[in-house]
Amino acid sequence: MRSFTYERAASVEAAVASAADIPGARFIAGGTNLLDLMKLDIERPAHLIDVSRLPLAGIEDRDGGLRIGAAVTNSHLAADPRVRARYPVLAQAIVSGGSPQLRNKASVAGNLLQRTRCPYFYDTAKPCNKREVGSGCSALEGLNRSAAIFGASSACIATHASDMAVALVALDARVETLDVTGQARSLALSEFHRLPGQTPQVETELMPGELITAVTVPPPPAGPQAYRKVRDRASFAGGLASVALAGGQLALGMVALKPWRATRAETALAAGASPAEAMAQELSAASTYAGNEFKIALVGRLAAAVIGESRGRGA
Amino acid sequence: MSSVRDWEPSNPVKENRAGLIGKPVDRYEGPLKVSGTAPYAFEVQPPSPPAYGVMIGAGIAKGRISDVDIAEAEASPGVLAVWTYRNAPAQAPRGTKVHPRSTAASKPALEDDQVAYFGQPVAFVVADTLENAIGASHLVRLTYAADPPDAGFDPARVTEQPPGEGDVEVGDFSAGFAAAEVQIDATWTTPIQNHCQMEPCASLVWWEGERCIAHTSIQMVKPAQHGLAETLGIGRDDVHLLTRYIGGGFGGKGQTYDDLILAALAARALGRPVKVAFSRQQMMHGTIHRPATVQRVRLGAAKDGRLDAMSHMTWTHCNRHGAFTEHASNFARSLYAAPNRLTGHRLIKLDLPAAGPMRAPGEASGTLSLECAMDELAERLGIDPVELRIRNEPPTDPENGRPFSMRQLVRCMKEGAQLFGWDRRLPTPGQVRDGRWLVGLGMAAAIRGNFLLPAKCSFSVDGDGVITVRQGMTDIGTGTYTVLAQIAAETLGVPLGQVRVEIGDSELPPAPGSGGQFGAASAGSAALDAGMNLRKAIAELAVNDPASPLNGGSPQAVTFQDGVVALENRSETLATLIRRAAPDGITADGEIRPPADVREWSQQTYGAHFCEVGVDPITGEVRTRRMLGVFAAGRILNAKTARSQLTGGMIWGIGSALTEGNPVDVRYGSLLNQDLASYLAPVQADIGDLDAIMLDEVDDKANPMGIKGVGELGNSGAGAAVANAVYNACGVRVRDYPITPDKLLAGLIARGL
Repeated sequence: MRSFTYERAASVEAAVASAADIPGARFIAGGTNLLDLMKLDIERPAHLIDVSRLPLAGIEDRDGGLRIGAAVTNSHLAADPRVRARYPVLAQAIVSGGSPQLRNKASVAGNLLQRTRCPYFYDTAKPCNKREVGSGCSALEGLNRSAAIFGASSACIATHASDMAVALVALDARVETLDVTGQARSLALSEFHRLPGQTPQVETELMPGELITAVTVPPPPAGPQAYRKVRDRASFAGGLASVALAGGQLALGMVALKPWRATRAETALAAGASPAEAMAQELSAASTYAGNEFKIALVGRLAAAVIGESRGRGA
Repeated sequence: MSSVRDWEPSNPVKENRAGLIGKPVDRYEGPLKVSGTAPYAFEVQPPSPPAYGVMIGAGIAKGRISDVDIAEAEASPGVLAVWTYRNAPAQAPRGTKVHPRSTAASKPALEDDQVAYFGQPVAFVVADTLENAIGASHLVRLTYAADPPDAGFDPARVTEQPPGEGDVEVGDFSAGFAAAEVQIDATWTTPIQNHCQMEPCASLVWWEGERCIAHTSIQMVKPAQHGLAETLGIGRDDVHLLTRYIGGGFGGKGQTYDDLILAALAARALGRPVKVAFSRQQMMHGTIHRPATVQRVRLGAAKDGRLDAMSHMTWTHCNRHGAFTEHASNFARSLYAAPNRLTGHRLIKLDLPAAGPMRAPGEASGTLSLECAMDELAERLGIDPVELRIRNEPPTDPENGRPFSMRQLVRCMKEGAQLFGWDRRLPTPGQVRDGRWLVGLGMAAAIRGNFLLPAKCSFSVDGDGVITVRQGMTDIGTGTYTVLAQIAAETLGVPLGQVRVEIGDSELPPAPGSGGQFGAASAGSAALDAGMNLRKAIAELAVNDPASPLNGGSPQAVTFQDGVVALENRSETLATLIRRAAPDGITADGEIRPPADVREWSQQTYGAHFCEVGVDPITGEVRTRRMLGVFAAGRILNAKTARSQLTGGMIWGIGSALTEGNPVDVRYGSLLNQDLASYLAPVQADIGDLDAIMLDEVDDKANPMGIKGVGELGNSGAGAAVANAVYNACGVRVRDYPITPDKLLAGLIARGL
């Protein structure tokens, strides 16, 4: 790890002000991803602004939904009785990710901002456009079993690893932020992460120094909810694919560099298509690489099964 | 020379009067480990503040270092030294053995400008803190002249036999196979596996004048001591090597790595203690791995199941300058009867890190093919897999006709079948459903050779009646401390709390270390001998001491029990006797050597695995639901530590079948997975209900205690039982390990599931 300076922000306003003042500053909350990446020399922040103790750790009822503070831990959120009762897809998704120790530390905002688990991103001896702009994508012609099937580009075929974010996208969550000028804004989580294009190093719509303050979810949609993740081992493993269902709203995980809202499938389902037909429509836009062709069948079967089972439970 | 028959007389371990042998006693060092106070090599308190060394691995797999720029690193805060091949201290040339009886040759670090594998340590930074050393390591600039690595393991290219080895044929395999009524001919592949010990390789070294005090994490003490001395060009006695606690070895710590030599060189150059550890990422490339294999198994059988012909051939790889062969076909030579047999290996050298032994080398990979081929044959013949194996049980070793010292494979299978409920298995796959899971049962046999290596040991007793065991042995988490304490306590008739065990030190009587499941038998037999000699010395002391109530009796009649030495109805405590008659204590030495006729028997350990898995037919996910192993491995010294060894091996088998493997990116000659988040060893949630049962057995041909090893046995065959259960669950055979959802999915779809 390279040397860096550290401060504990006294307030949300002070945090963004400090971020505006200090080039190369990064916010840190749980640090479960950032510290790993710093140790591996993948992230090299000159300055860390600790936002974990700011008053951002509450979960409030808001407009029939919830406003979840950015610093709420993953464990806390998954255990919240309101989440468990009304947003079970979210609770299930969270406990599918990481390990109990990681979930105890990781924050909601940090979870959204976690970086890809593409193995080439982690190997600093290899080209990676996310890590070294313009160096190339090692996964493209490499071992790409985990690669994206939606929205990838010649510059990057990585996926976003979050489970929680997949459920939040299915729930129409929004992200609240504060920018360096002190301006607050809110944007849809489905628009928050960017597809790689030719700038895979730019991962979200956040401006430099902009701080996530909360995530909001509207009242849950009518209908059953479910989260299913397919992984090589039973726990503490990144997914091969996942699906989040909330009523008629469907999101897919580990298939793109962002949580993938399956709008084509939703439309088809609303029009009366069978789950398998709806997924076939969604997957007609997918493309694969040498190592991840299986994901087409896997995602189609997984999502169709989850939708089918939810109907079996009496939607 | 001695004979196996010399071991026939009774001894305290066989008599087990206090009942300590076999008892599931807790680990001797357990409280230290669970409280975090057992000092592993990196955590030993040095005599003065240490400096911290960090190695830098090569970013290419083949080529040379064309330029080096260490200026920025040297100027970095706290940096004490930055070395590459250009300025590293002189060391003995590779392969030097100044001392003819050295058990290892020199292995210089930062040797030259050549890069032979990705991750090879090519630069080294020492600083006042670990953070400063890591920070500076990022500032070392190395420029390479890279050559394209040859890292593709294609069996078609693997045509050479390992040096000095030929195929082994008995009868006429081709004719026997061609004439057989039923034939199985299939090919399996197994991937590279990494050891992933909890404790990475690490060393702490300081110098006391001309003496090098080296704490390191190593399975074998003497080769480490000798190799370090040869590399440094100093006398072997000038290296004091210690390895008190070891956080897993699995074969990966059977040799030293550059952490040790660099720590020693830096400690000498800087005049202060130096610590060096591999990072988790560096462990993957910087230490050895289990190489990938391709295995072709051909079975020719009569319709009644009797094998006429059996062939197991292995193709594998090692590194460019290496000589290791994964002997995945060897075990097949002793497992099943068949008059016509062919086994052998082919080896290719690739530009990859070094291949080497990993838990159950040979069997772990090899059983993943043969034991599945037997399952396929059983299905083809309509014979139960257990019954098929029983029908091919050989009366003597099928390869050489030697008698088995002890073989309870059939009993393992029969007992296991009964305990597991094997009769509930439906031979037709895909018939059992539990919710979304298709459920299947599978079994496989386990076999692993048993060995005895030369070892020495010393026992002493002091005026408190405390017995101290001293031996240059290691405990890699297996229970060595504990079983040595049990042997000592039982032999000298003292409570366990009255025994001290000192191991992991090059100044102690040499023992072979931990590996090949020979540790407990070799070290323990030497300990028993030392204990017997100490008994004799104590008995003679007592009967010859006029102040002892035992005075004048026969030393052979003296008994040892509960810390008391007795002769008929006369007795005194051991402590009283020693304090009075030998206040400086008594020491006795012992040793074991393999007898001349040990190879007249085929000596193996055996077992049978039974496994139940669930397969999600939608996703191809496999989860182990329950697994049982029944083993026959001689007398068991400690039911708890032995069971842990066996279940640990079984868990490794689950990993081998379902999750573990490290793919090679042939473009870079490197392994894909470089941490424990991506290299998927099983976690608790993968295991389900797991148990291991050990049959009563005493193998008098093995050693004076009749014990055998268990460290490797649990791994042998375990993965095959899982794979066979997967097939029974869903009807899909995946012969390319690990059986991951992507591979299974294609077969499930093809079956219309």
